[in-house]
Amino acid sequence: MSSNQLTDSGQLRHFLTIEGLKQPLLTEIMDRAEQFSSISNRQVKKVPLLRGKTIFNLFFENSTRTRTTFELAAKRLSADVINLNINTSATSKGESLLDTLHNLEAMHSDMFVVRHSQSGAAEFIAQHVAPHVSVINAGDGCHAHPTQAMLDMFTIRRHKQHFPDLRVAIVGDILHSRVARSQIQALAILGVGEIRVIGPKTLLPADSQTLGVHVYHDMAAGLEGVDVVIMLRLQHERMQGALLPSAREYFDCFGLTDEKLKLAKPDAIVMHPGPINRGVEIASSVADGPQSVILEQVTHGIAIRMAVMSMTLGAQSEQQEVHA
Amino acid sequence: MTIPSTQADVQALLTNMAVEIRQKLGDRQPLLVGIHTGGAWVAQQLATILGTDFFDASLGTLNIAYYRDDFTRIGMHPQVSPSDLPFAVDDRHLLLVDDVLQSGRTIRAALNEIFDYGRPASVTLAVLVERNGRELPIQADIIGQSIDLNKDQHIKLSNDDGLKLELKTIGATNEQ
Repeated sequence: MSSNQLTDSGQLRHFLTIEGLKQPLLTEIMDRAEQFSSISNRQVKKVPLLRGKTIFNLFFENSTRTRTTFELAAKRLSADVINLNINTSATSKGESLLDTLHNLEAMHSDMFVVRHSQSGAAEFIAQHVAPHVSVINAGDGCHAHPTQAMLDMFTIRRHKQHFPDLRVAIVGDILHSRVARSQIQALAILGVGEIRVIGPKTLLPADSQTLGVHVYHDMAAGLEGVDVVIMLRLQHERMQGALLPSAREYFDCFGLTDEKLKLAKPDAIVMHPGPINRGVEIASSVADGPQSVILEQVTHGIAIRMAVMSMTLGAQSEQQEVHA
Repeated sequence: MTIPSTQADVQALLTNMAVEIRQKLGDRQPLLVGIHTGGAWVAQQLATILGTDFFDASLGTLNIAYYRDDFTRIGMHPQVSPSDLPFAVDDRHLLLVDDVLQSGRTIRAALNEIFDYGRPASVTLAVLVERNGRELPIQADIIGQSIDLNKDQHIKLSNDDGLKLELKTIGATNEQ
């Protein structure tokens, strides 16, 4: 899968998944994001790079942070951006997904940013769009959330620099988390020394070991000596699915408290993709504490999305020039 | 036509430019901005010649990659360091420096970028070499040397152990 996210010359044409990408490309995304992040400090927080491009945010599933930062990223690059909440629009009137897409293409769109509850939705759309359109996956089912993973890598790099020296723990519902999947792939490609996943058996994939990670069911053991702690959101529907006894018990076993955080390295950073459930997977004192970089992650999301948007549209231009 | 190519030639051009800059901007406490990368080299040399207190702040650099007009034709440019203007430009007199002025497109992009940082009182353009081939109504105020070249010729500043100019014929050697 994802064979079509690169151009003939190996540049990003779509951004659908981290899987299969090479280290230099991930590094390029972060380097470009570093350049773009300085734009936010200027009087006019905008560059004209994507002037005249039209970007559709297609959100089939709710999102605040991701949709807003994609929108801001597009605006900082001077693109025209349109937000569509598809739940409340055409498909609810019976129009098929492809019909909706072709209609949007007919409005001369250059990019679709797609969030969908079904795994593989962005890939499916990428296979069916016109050749000049780029597709960016903003989260599909339990499959992938590549821009989130890249903003997390960017945040780690800002604090820790050298990936091979690092021990990173991801805590929580790994099984259902597209964020965790993309993070694990990115960490592995960047050559992180050790990746740990920590969670109850019911929320870890059966094949965890084959992902190249170390599995812990005991948080104290798993946090010992780590440089980075990534907490995942516990989705309420998991409780109803009888995978967990109660939120209270989950917090006792896998919630991040000040005491548990002391087991990690003294300069460890705490991350969370948001939205956070205070008192369920993370204590307020940790979320708001000195080791938390949760709000930095949000800021970095804008620069990472600017990087990915400009790289994919740039590669499209180049590809068309070659084929013209 | 002989091209001023050696390090000594370039240094002589810079010295003359510095005299003219002092005449034009001496009483204005200007700020110095070089366009990445050749313009920044020239600006650095001018700052050295004019002395530390001539300019009101350290050198600013502009990377106009995000302001170019060829993105939709050739895509992203190779990575270069981002723009860095370590001062507020509002109501200040700027000296904008580039190595070679040809089409004028780089200067157009640089002016656009400067105005995204604020509203300067004035912008004066200084270039080491001014050549034919303008595509926009943009002229330099201070010029090291004017040169007429053929369409397939192009002049390039290098900085290995000092600034030197090199004349290349497109097609004859490896194009960049």
